[in-house]
Amino acid sequence: MESLTLKVGSLLVAAFLAFVAAAFAVDTGFAIHMWIVVAAALIATFVIANKTDFAALARFGAVRPDQSRYDDDPVRWGVIATIFWGMAGFLAGLYIALQLTFPALNLNFEYTTFGRLRPLHTSAVIFAFGGNALIATSFYIVQRTCRARLAFPGLARFVFWGYQLFIVLAATGYLLGITQSKEYAEPEWYVDLWLTIVWVAYAAVFIGTIAKRKEPHIYVANWFFLAFIITIAMLHIVNNLAVPVSIFGSKSYPAFAGVQDALTQWWYGHNAVGFFLTAGFLAMMYYFVPKQAERPVYSYRLSIIHFWSLIFLYIWAGPHHLHYTALPDWAQTLGMVFSVMLWMPSWGGMINGLMTLNGAWDKIRTDPIIRMMVMALAFYGMSTFEGPMMSIRAVNSLSHYTDWTIGHVHSGALGWNGMITFAAIYFLVPRLWARERLYSLRMVNWHFWLSTVGIVLYAASMWVAGIMQGLMWREYGADGYLVYAFSEVTSAMHPMYLIRAAGGALYLAGAAIMVYNVWQTIAGKTRDEKAMTDTPHDPEKDRPIVASTTVPAE
Amino acid sequence: MASRIFDHKKIERNVTLLSVFSLIAVAIGGIVEIAPLFYIDSTVEEVEGVRPYTPLELAGRNVYIREGCYVCHSQMVRPFRDEVERYGHYSLAAESMYDHPFQWGSKRTGPDLARVGGRYSDEWHVQHLIDPRSVVPESIMPPYAFLADRELDGTNIGADLRALRALGVPYDDAMIENAEADFAVQVDVFADASGIRERYGDVQIRDFDGDPTRVTEMDALVAYLQMLGTLVDFESAEALEEPR
Repeated sequence: MESLTLKVGSLLVAAFLAFVAAAFAVDTGFAIHMWIVVAAALIATFVIANKTDFAALARFGAVRPDQSRYDDDPVRWGVIATIFWGMAGFLAGLYIALQLTFPALNLNFEYTTFGRLRPLHTSAVIFAFGGNALIATSFYIVQRTCRARLAFPGLARFVFWGYQLFIVLAATGYLLGITQSKEYAEPEWYVDLWLTIVWVAYAAVFIGTIAKRKEPHIYVANWFFLAFIITIAMLHIVNNLAVPVSIFGSKSYPAFAGVQDALTQWWYGHNAVGFFLTAGFLAMMYYFVPKQAERPVYSYRLSIIHFWSLIFLYIWAGPHHLHYTALPDWAQTLGMVFSVMLWMPSWGGMINGLMTLNGAWDKIRTDPIIRMMVMALAFYGMSTFEGPMMSIRAVNSLSHYTDWTIGHVHSGALGWNGMITFAAIYFLVPRLWARERLYSLRMVNWHFWLSTVGIVLYAASMWVAGIMQGLMWREYGADGYLVYAFSEVTSAMHPMYLIRAAGGALYLAGAAIMVYNVWQTIAGKTRDEKAMTDTPHDPEKDRPIVASTTVPAE
Repeated sequence: MASRIFDHKKIERNVTLLSVFSLIAVAIGGIVEIAPLFYIDSTVEEVEGVRPYTPLELAGRNVYIREGCYVCHSQMVRPFRDEVERYGHYSLAAESMYDHPFQWGSKRTGPDLARVGGRYSDEWHVQHLIDPRSVVPESIMPPYAFLADRELDGTNIGADLRALRALGVPYDDAMIENAEADFAVQVDVFADASGIRERYGDVQIRDFDGDPTRVTEMDALVAYLQMLGTLVDFESAEALEEPR
């Protein structure tokens, strides 16, 4: 009863504070955001009050859920949220890709310009799709590998819903033009503060569950999740230090300026890749690949070495985003050297994942989920080779500012993060909803091929676009003058942008098949389909030789 | 990994040890790379001419940030022959020393804007922002016609200056007191400009958007674009270089 009073009380206080902030707001965007907070708090109050069984509460006090089962409600919600935000993010990506091909799609409307939609796309795929996948899988994995229910179940639900509120505030903010213009850290000061609270709660649930584990060892996947949670907290807080113009307004000015701000931003930005999109997803890999392949992790030593070297080296790589800028040379050189070294621990992870299939390689042929995992690891290996290469100054002088970077990011994001997440979803859905199997394995196969072809189109067109751009910008004629105007280079990109959009459309189509497949699985249906493999067996030939009917040779 | 000197099992059985060692491992890189930038003097060598933004330019810069211009336009000319010939002198650290946040960008879907100031007329900018393809047929930039209809009054701009002063931008008391007045004066050729010139130096004063009856976001954005990269006089600086 006390906890119910506390919950409802704090929600009503939050609603009131947000209402006051909305009333005093100095800009419309801030007012809209505060009204969203009021609505969210009131809906939560209503749902909690509605769900509470007051009669049971009066008779027994608090109702304890079955302690002999894992706490999977937040995981189920997280899987659905991952799929929902994934579709939103892919769709936004396809739309802005088409805007670059057909600028009329900006619609001459302030809310639909490329400048406002691009952060919507990046945040939707990284933080909404990726973030929900990480929170859901970490809650699933930490319980199984610790053999313990989630610590602080109420807080775990707060983490899920609080994170969705963060996503809604960030996304609506971008459309309204509320941004601090730091890439992948665009949300303004009050949204950042909210995320900090949610993140601390997330850390408490995760670390609390590890602390109450029934297994003596902490499984390797949890090392990666732990490093991801701690590092993201550090990066988020330092990079978002800012002074708001008014506590009733959305605008703030970041604490650092110029050179210092640039390096802080890319220290953050590169490690959003390193810890959000790499360490966290490696944790997923370390659980789901061995489970799906039914083989143990290839090397325990390798996992120790590559864990510590990966988290230590990644943090240094930020300055490679600032080659040949006004950042001091010594910092650029450090960034380059550490980025090249980073190649090794990255491939350590890839090797550990791929070699886990030792003795089960045939499953690539028979199991489309394993095939997705292998493709994810292959793209992880490819983009972690490409990255160090692009961080070499000489290569970067050509590749920087071009679409090559965009292609590189997407081979990692679509190939590695997307594929491993899809595989995890296909692993989780039948288990979480207690279904015999997925609705259709053949649809998983279709999803795999559509995604793969989509990524190939995307990456290949962006390589060509990027290298062509870089070379055209720097091309000199025999007369000693630059050959191309900037606008000529832009128009030369058109066919590449078209191919890229086609690749994105294929990827989106694959994800749409996943939505249908997951939907049907949750609905409890199984598709009547030809099996993925046949067992070669002819009963006519499969019989012993009987002496009386056969004449022996000779 | 059991060995005589070091046993990893101790760490992987203790969540506190694992957390603390992870935090140490991830903190080192940032401390070594970022912290020195704040105390090594040569990181930002001060250059004559660099000044804080005027209130109108700051408002324009905030429009630039709000619309996500940094998504497609860099403001960082690298020291290469082709970039220097295409855009102008390579960017100096001091030129963005008052930029909270920096706007160096990471992608050139459109050209670099670090030195776009003074390259085109105000009329060109206004026309280009309203309908980019009417002046550059190959352009894929979104249209920003709505900026010309959004009025700005500068009543709150003083609070922005105060926030920036709290972060170390050298806005003095006179600048903050007169922020609203300076905002209006910069778009009015008939007003007395002695105050704003005394405070900010030789700023560009004129009606930027072609509509003298009101101040719009278009005025502010064009004022910002027209001052980009113009603060440092590179021609006079060149004479100071030592002869070989």
